[in-house]
Amino acid sequence: MQIQPILAALRRHRLASLLIGLEIALACAVLCNACFLIANRVQDIHVQSGIDETSLASLKISGYEDSQSVDINARVTAGLRAIPGVQSVSVLNSIPFGERRGTSGITTDAEGQHLGGVIEFYLGGPGSAEALGLHVVAGRALQADDYQPFTGVFPSSAPVLMTRELAEHLWPGADPLGKPFWLDKWRYQVVGIIDHLVTPDPGMRGAGTSGWSVFVPGQPGPMLSGNYLIKAAPADIQRVLRDAREAIAIVAPDVVLDQQGTQTISDLREKFFQQDRVMTGMLVGVIVALLMVTALGIVGLASFWVQQRRKQIGIRRAIGATRHDILSYFQTENFLIVTGGIALGMVMAFALNLLLMKFYELPRLPLFYLPVGAVVLWALGQLAVLGPALKAAAVPPVVATRSV
Amino acid sequence: MFGYYLDLALRSLKRNKVLTALMVLAIAVGIGASMTTLTVMHLLSGDPLPGRSGSLFYPQVDSNPTPGNYKEPLDKLDYPTAMDILNAHLADRQTVVVDSPVKLRAPDTQLPPLIPSMLSTTSDFFAMFDVPFRYGGAWHAEDDDKHARVAVISSDLNAKLFNGANSVGRTLRLRDTDVRIVGVLAPWRPAPQFYTVAGGRFAAGKTADFYSKTQDVFTPFTSGLEINDGNFYQYTCWHPAPTPGHLQNAPCAWLGVWVQLNNPTKVAAFKRFLDGYAAQQHALGRVVRPQNTRLRSLMEWLDFNGVVPSDVRLQTWLAFAFLAICLFNTIGLLLAKFLRRSGEIGVRRALGASRGAIFAQCLVEAGIVGLLGGLGGLLLTLAGLWVVRSQPVAFADLAHLDGSMFLLTFALAIATSLVAGLLPAARASRVAPGLQLKTL
Repeated sequence: MQIQPILAALRRHRLASLLIGLEIALACAVLCNACFLIANRVQDIHVQSGIDETSLASLKISGYEDSQSVDINARVTAGLRAIPGVQSVSVLNSIPFGERRGTSGITTDAEGQHLGGVIEFYLGGPGSAEALGLHVVAGRALQADDYQPFTGVFPSSAPVLMTRELAEHLWPGADPLGKPFWLDKWRYQVVGIIDHLVTPDPGMRGAGTSGWSVFVPGQPGPMLSGNYLIKAAPADIQRVLRDAREAIAIVAPDVVLDQQGTQTISDLREKFFQQDRVMTGMLVGVIVALLMVTALGIVGLASFWVQQRRKQIGIRRAIGATRHDILSYFQTENFLIVTGGIALGMVMAFALNLLLMKFYELPRLPLFYLPVGAVVLWALGQLAVLGPALKAAAVPPVVATRSV
Repeated sequence: MFGYYLDLALRSLKRNKVLTALMVLAIAVGIGASMTTLTVMHLLSGDPLPGRSGSLFYPQVDSNPTPGNYKEPLDKLDYPTAMDILNAHLADRQTVVVDSPVKLRAPDTQLPPLIPSMLSTTSDFFAMFDVPFRYGGAWHAEDDDKHARVAVISSDLNAKLFNGANSVGRTLRLRDTDVRIVGVLAPWRPAPQFYTVAGGRFAAGKTADFYSKTQDVFTPFTSGLEINDGNFYQYTCWHPAPTPGHLQNAPCAWLGVWVQLNNPTKVAAFKRFLDGYAAQQHALGRVVRPQNTRLRSLMEWLDFNGVVPSDVRLQTWLAFAFLAICLFNTIGLLLAKFLRRSGEIGVRRALGASRGAIFAQCLVEAGIVGLLGGLGGLLLTLAGLWVVRSQPVAFADLAHLDGSMFLLTFALAIATSLVAGLLPAARASRVAPGLQLKTL
């Protein structure tokens, strides 16, 4: 295939070629970045929680006085435990993908000089660590006498379980077991390391913080009541939660059941990431529409060129060019234009990514997106031009002799 | 002449229906996507109190005594600072706001108890923010001082509890306290719910909740603190609160103060007061960063908090990138369309039509494509907004097309198609008549 005559012909159609090239370039820039955004969202949506999600539900009540909390706790836990199929009922302040009630900054020294970060305190009563299904990978699990009564927002001191991720952040490379940390004057000591426990709102406080959680044991009381973790077999959990809503009306008719906070963890997770899913769907829609519009543009212009050059095609056919020659002429022409567009598009994709990095705290676009985007656009161009090119190849040589 | 061009354009468009449909579709989709996102942007970034927002300010003093090089004061105030600013009475109007969940029962009805959000504020709140009343009115300034057990309720709550009837004078039980309803609001939906906005810069762009509906119950600040004592949430605490939920004497920031300052002189005077107050408190050892005082206007405060969710902004950018691609596409197709008729243009030129006439004719054709695309775009915009309304976001109910956006849809569509038509029309008008006639 000779490229020289094609380039010569394109020079005669500078404007149209430039337009298609620019369209391809813009499409390339948007395509690469939109795919990257999708990949990021999908990664967010599939964040590991480190808990036994499918068999857990959260139930939240409010509208009672602190002085009633011991009585309410006793009535509610007894009432919930009586529901057939319930494996355990425990009290937990914060719920993954749900309510966040233990977010606090910690320090790694008693004087409060070395900030460790803003982390989540999962404050749970007896049985909640087991219900969550926390895997202790180093140190010891919590024991019955670790759960002590307390009066403040959190216990003023306690042995805690810490995620590996947070331990590695606070004391890189060191053995975290036995290490203390402080919340103001309150002191906690790491007795066990768990492999993972997601914060209630992963992704809200910057990259790499979604596993910054500790589990603090405490006895249910005024500051630990109202949020219950129900565990049942995954097949039963929806029914158990339905029964639980009814049970509350009987065992504690004077409290108010919080509908938002009373859901299975799977539903909470679903709702938490709903916006991300919508955005992903929209990005996919944009990409599809974008590729379609681009393809239609190529079809339109290529059809025009074919019609405009009917006579020239006829002449070439008459003097010996095969159908294949004509077909490959248009395909090569399209390849050249798309290649030019992609070259510009890669630069634009990079520039767009820089803008997104600046305004949306997005990471840098991995380079492999560029060749993938290029291949997609080449394939799209070839597909779009195929129809008009076949039409061109079908032009009979006799056209050359007509209407002269 | 225009009528003739119109006729020519319609004929030309009819001649190649597929190409015309492609162009109209491309413009319609591009316009639909950009107008949907632009309408949402317009609604979310708008002024919640047009005409009034310029005289409303959000004073900030850095009451966090923890040493450190913090560039900005905390987004809310602690109790002593808020009271000092409020009681100085230096502004034309001033108010303090804090919201908390409260257990509510209506003894006159059989409804089960609810936990709505209660805004505790002062009587100036309603006048300052131009809050519309359906029945009754705001409580009086004396009620604030007397810790009066009165309340104003939202139109939503009035509909739920009293089927929208005039409920002024009736009693509500908030937790264990009976309060008398003195006013019922008319529907009021400021977007965003500007007076409680805080902490937006730490929300990683997920700020949709700033557009929630207003609170259902409004009580005098002094009464609210007593009624719902123990149920208040801090914005942040620099040491744990000694009694959780009771924040008056806790080392916590939890109150927002708003002031109305009617002219620039007063604004400057108020800023001087804030600086002086911070310096005085610095001397007393309570404030460690006296330079961190701010007096942002309402719109500046919303900007500072980045209230428009980043997803919405991203969608708008995406939609316009998409429109740009549709534009390039239309330019290419129009170019093909016009140049395909080179022969026809050659004849017209030979018969005496000027270049300008050809140019105008082509633009009329592009304009018609734009108009059709605008119509399609309008339908797609309405469909797009319907999709937005069905989303589970706080601002979903706001997504409606208003008059200005309706007109903008057509303006944008026609502008797009005219811009798209300029280049192809210029090219078409430069067709050399002689060459075309020869090949006919």
